[in-house]
Amino acid sequence: MRKMASTFPHGIHPTECKHTAGAATKRLPWPPEVTVLLSQHIGAPAKALVKKGQQVKRGEMVAEAGGFVSVPMHAPITGKVKSVGLTLNPRGDMASAIIIERDADADQEEIVGDAQAIDDLSPEELVQAVQRAGMVGLGGAAFPTHVKLSPPKGKRVDTVVVNGCECEPYLTTDYRVMLEEVTWIVEGARLARRATGADEVVIAIENNKPEALEAIMNAVPNNEPISVRSLTTKYPQGAEKMLSRALLNRDVPSGGLPSDVGVACFNVATLAKMGQLLPKGQGLIERIVTVSGGGVSRPGNYIVPLGTSLRFVLEHAGMTDNTCTIINGGPMMGATMPSLDIPLAKGTSGLLALTKNEIRESNAHIFPCIRCARCVDACPMFLNPSMLGLLARKERYESMGETHNLNDCFECGCCSYVCPSNIPLVHLFRVAKAVNRERSASK
Amino acid sequence: MNSENQILRLSTSPHLKANEDVPAIMFNVVMALIPVALFAIVSFGISAFFVIATSTVACVLTEHLSCVIAKKTTSIRDWSAVVTGIILGLTLPPGTPLWIAALGGVFGVGMAKVLFGGIGCNCFNPALVGRAFLQIAFPVAITTWTPSMLPGRFTHLIPSTLTTPFMKMNLEGVNNYIDTALATTGVDGWSGATPLSMWKFADTPQFESSVRLFTGMVPGSTGETASWLIILCGLYLIWRKMMNWRITAGMLLSAFLLSGAFWLTDRAAYPDPVFMLFSGGLIFGATFMATDMVASPMTSAGVWVYGAFIGIVTVVIRIFGALPEGVMFAILLGNAVSPLINQITQPRVYGITRKRKA
Repeated sequence: MRKMASTFPHGIHPTECKHTAGAATKRLPWPPEVTVLLSQHIGAPAKALVKKGQQVKRGEMVAEAGGFVSVPMHAPITGKVKSVGLTLNPRGDMASAIIIERDADADQEEIVGDAQAIDDLSPEELVQAVQRAGMVGLGGAAFPTHVKLSPPKGKRVDTVVVNGCECEPYLTTDYRVMLEEVTWIVEGARLARRATGADEVVIAIENNKPEALEAIMNAVPNNEPISVRSLTTKYPQGAEKMLSRALLNRDVPSGGLPSDVGVACFNVATLAKMGQLLPKGQGLIERIVTVSGGGVSRPGNYIVPLGTSLRFVLEHAGMTDNTCTIINGGPMMGATMPSLDIPLAKGTSGLLALTKNEIRESNAHIFPCIRCARCVDACPMFLNPSMLGLLARKERYESMGETHNLNDCFECGCCSYVCPSNIPLVHLFRVAKAVNRERSASK
Repeated sequence: MNSENQILRLSTSPHLKANEDVPAIMFNVVMALIPVALFAIVSFGISAFFVIATSTVACVLTEHLSCVIAKKTTSIRDWSAVVTGIILGLTLPPGTPLWIAALGGVFGVGMAKVLFGGIGCNCFNPALVGRAFLQIAFPVAITTWTPSMLPGRFTHLIPSTLTTPFMKMNLEGVNNYIDTALATTGVDGWSGATPLSMWKFADTPQFESSVRLFTGMVPGSTGETASWLIILCGLYLIWRKMMNWRITAGMLLSAFLLSGAFWLTDRAAYPDPVFMLFSGGLIFGATFMATDMVASPMTSAGVWVYGAFIGIVTVVIRIFGALPEGVMFAILLGNAVSPLINQITQPRVYGITRKRKA
């Protein structure tokens, strides 16, 4: 264990706004119905196993994985399937979902699951158990966890990185998990090490969370190859590539995966859920969500069944008339929501109701680039956002991709954040990437 | 509340933004320039005030009028023309005829900024282009100096200040003015030279004391003399993270080392490195002009190269060139090579091992 905080070069220091850090997790009342999206993860959508009118029990599998890069879905509440069809999803378009109406008489105490002796499972069986539990990355990306646990042939993972950075402003779910569910995190870390066959586990926590650091240090037994490292508080410290560089001085190759350099990276909340659910053989049916921002009068960290509508959550958190923007995720990388009827998904780590004063002015005057190089000094990938921005304005999208490494941009938002000319750099890059994708698809 | 009627605003991430915008940066540069300008007025009197004011008004008017002609919203609200104007005024001798100061502003902003497309598009620092134009077009006016702290500087204009446009400057009047003023103090003999030209052109090189150089008690351009004040103002900008100190450091360090090397070879002929740093416009140029964001490189290695390049060229011009001062042309040359410096100092992109052929 090193005392000095490690970090990656570049990055930014946005105001933390972690107002809900002190709020212990609380369960919300049961919603009258939930909308279980069949695609809450990266990869193939799940396939529905239930029909309209069917009774389902809390925790029962209602959709099976649609392939290897896919996970099953479980019923978040006991009730009756109201319909199986299209609904609004967080991306803003329509997607398949199972709508379950809550059974008013059920107490929702019992959760379906077959307890399993996980210590007897082989690594392959562990990976299957993780997929059966419907586990995805809970930090926001929602990449199926079992895929990360089974690196491609020829690749060996030697280090499991546990991400407790939570570098996004406002969000405090990981922090609460680290304080409240620390034994599950350690259990999950053990399972991840066994499944991948890694030599060691490194738990990384930003140094603005000393209590979490201490809690984890105390929970980690000395005789296991699990170390805890403190990292400088800086955005985007929690990005996989930055973690790999900060902790192990390994660069994930361009276009590659962390497994290319022997790293598998999991969010603390993901591992906590793994440690909690796998022994009981249960599926992922609820998660902790930070509800915060000036637009809610009762901000906090709430345990919410998956598929609960944003409206239900926000109304219980006391949404006020000041709210002008609803963000799914953190304010740096999260997406604004076009409707309150969108259901909460596995990757929803935060739900922010922000007022006008809290967010970037949308119609701020855009000045020409004055080449101040703040974006160059902020970009954690060492790209040249200024040059990319100029090329984007000239619609030279191919050149952006071919000679200026556009595709290495992971849209962390540092460049747009610092730009004194208010140039919407990340937005321009998204457009450029989309155009390039379309062009290469039509070739 | 009734969430049915909630109006939701959609936008793309990031939803947070640092507070500073371009006008804020430029305004802070103006704030940092004001103490320097005030010292110039204290040191050289009301003529200095009129020179700085004239060049500033000329720069702002040029920018505004060109926006009107181009039927664009005026861009003077970003404060950048004010910065250019004040810097130009601070690089001119206190007795510069006002029409020449105005012409410098019009040329600098008009030719070096507006024609290139306005703020952000210029490849040379507009104030320096204006200054270079004046240096070449009016060599006498731009090298006629007055002593600092002259009695009567707050009540009398330097006679050359109000020269009629396109008329010859009244050099005799300037000399009479200086002599009369100096007579009251009992100091006699005014060589009409700055510390740098005293070293370079005197029969036996003379070196002004470092203390007088540092405190600004020497003749020179209005804003370049008070090294201590310029350094303080620079530190303010560095503290606000609005100035790249690496450029300044690279420039001063390279000038110090190179002139130190010359000094060690022949202490009688070459000035010591401290004299080199605090004489002429080196400190002012390194603080306010070489650090012009638009015309300097963007890479973290490039700014060092750029600073070092300017420092070296300055010393080379001062020692081997025909002019006593080399900061202006050194920075303009630095501006010219900064795209090249950018190109060769691109950092390695994360996760890319071999550099792709561009």
